[in-house]
Amino acid sequence: MFSRAGYALKQTFSQIWRNKSMYLVSVLAITAMMLILGIFFISFVNVDMFTTTLNKDYNVIQVYLDENNDGAEDKAVEEAILALDGVDKAIYESKADALVKLKQRWGDNAYLLDNLQDNPLPNSYLVYVEDKDAADYVAEAVTEIPGVDDVTYYRDTIEKLSKITRFVETASMIAMIFLIVVSVIIVANTIKLTVHNRAQEIGIMKYLGATDWFVRAPFILGGIVIGLVSSLISTGAIYVIYSKIIGLIQADVIRMLSVELVPADYLVFNLLIMCAALGVGIGTCGSIISIRRFLAK
Amino acid sequence: MIIFDNVSKKYGGNIGLTRASVHIKKGDFVFLVGPSGAGKTTFIRLILKEIDADSGSITVAGKDITRLSRREIPELRQKIGMVFQDFRLLDKKTVFENVAFAMEVVHKSRKQIKQRVPHVLELVGIADKADRYPHELSAGEQQRVGIARAIVNQPRVLIADEPTGNLDPKTAMEIMNILEKINVRGTTILMVTHAKDIVDRMNKRVVTIEGGRIVRDEQGSYGFMDDFDYDSDEEVDRYVF
Ligand SMILES: Nc1ncnc2c1ncn2[C@@H]1O[C@H](COP(=O)(O)OP(=O)(O)OP(=O)(O)O)[C@@H](O)[C@H]1O
Ligand SMILES: [Mg+2]
Repeated sequence: MFSRAGYALKQTFSQIWRNKSMYLVSVLAITAMMLILGIFFISFVNVDMFTTTLNKDYNVIQVYLDENNDGAEDKAVEEAILALDGVDKAIYESKADALVKLKQRWGDNAYLLDNLQDNPLPNSYLVYVEDKDAADYVAEAVTEIPGVDDVTYYRDTIEKLSKITRFVETASMIAMIFLIVVSVIIVANTIKLTVHNRAQEIGIMKYLGATDWFVRAPFILGGIVIGLVSSLISTGAIYVIYSKIIGLIQADVIRMLSVELVPADYLVFNLLIMCAALGVGIGTCGSIISIRRFLAK
Repeated sequence: MIIFDNVSKKYGGNIGLTRASVHIKKGDFVFLVGPSGAGKTTFIRLILKEIDADSGSITVAGKDITRLSRREIPELRQKIGMVFQDFRLLDKKTVFENVAFAMEVVHKSRKQIKQRVPHVLELVGIADKADRYPHELSAGEQQRVGIARAIVNQPRVLIADEPTGNLDPKTAMEIMNILEKINVRGTTILMVTHAKDIVDRMNKRVVTIEGGRIVRDEQGSYGFMDDFDYDSDEEVDRYVF
């Protein structure tokens, strides 16, 4: 058993060596495919993550209170809010609390806030609602309550983001199918060339009673090698580039969107597994397609 | 060893073989003769299950191969050694490697290969050229390698499709001597040939095909194919010398 695998591997590598330029070209082509795929994957995961984060705030409506309110008026607003249908609870956030939160969010840039003479942030209530319908209704209704200055509510942003997520998702799918098909064709052609070079040998092998798998193995392994090498190169490149991007824009993203980019290690590890599986699949399909004809009796 | 029972095979409109029945026993040495296009190669391809019979049954080494699945074909072919008119050696492999290749293909170990190959090369008389490449050999020497490769896995049957077709008469006889030697050691041999002198000289069983039919099956000589009346002694005297 061991020697059989060894024999197949030896055949595989001598075959790759004999057709090295062709194999190299297809590795480059498939690496390029996987790079594109990786970019889609990274955008998708980040947008998706951002949407999920925001979705957690879906049931929160921030109700800003009029600056001139006194404590009793604020209390009255709270009671009016709690009286609305679908409201779970209302939590008071003083302007001081709000500033602390903002400073946390701004991180390294927080020093900019230190120079403020007055805290410009208003007092507010964080109103938790039961569901999406209640959110719409409550957001509308609170504006009527005296002593309420303004309302923010993430719904619009979330819906826009969901649209983007769906678009990125669909685009990734289409791109992926297209790239897979192209990759299979590239591998099939490379392997076909190798098979052609060995056509006479294959014919003799079959007379000698070689099994189909014995004949097939080196070609399929050759295809898998193409897929695996491509996935390693492309994932490696994406790791380097994405880490750089994170280093450059992470701080700004956190400040502007209050979410972090998905960490490179986590994302690239998943990408590697995905690309490797894809590479093995592409290699196997491509080589089986190109050798099928030669295995006919 | 090989039994054809009422076997027919058509290629579209072309007749390959028609209701052929032949029984080749273990240890037989059989010549398969007949004009070009008679169906000799068809006969062989049926045994190897390169093609399927339309009707009738074919038994090889006790096994009905007409209903063999694709997966079982390699096992069938491992029981059969093939020798070709054009040798079909791999030109990038040495003599030794060409013969060893047959053993690698059926998963024999390095050790087995090292023991067996020199022995077989000795048997066909080419041991001294083990490290040469096919293009460095004469046609006769190449065919010796072809035979060595065919017998290295000790097949039950050796099938040769015009093995002497590319050889001069003297070299052809040397090849025939090797085949006879292999036959004496117990391997059944089926050989397709057009060489009347060889068939006559060897004095073996001769099966004649014409237009896809088995028209003659006798011990001895090449015989004649047209208007032959097998029941008349006079005719036999007239045609067989
Ligand atoms: N693949 C094929 N397709 C169509 N017809 C075929 C095919 N192979 C053989 N035939 C026909 O079947 C008949 C028998 O062919 P076969 O090759 O068995 O002859 P043969 O006896 O081996 O001839 P030769 O002595 O020339 O090698 C011929 O008429 C041939 O044209
Ligand atoms: Mg023929």
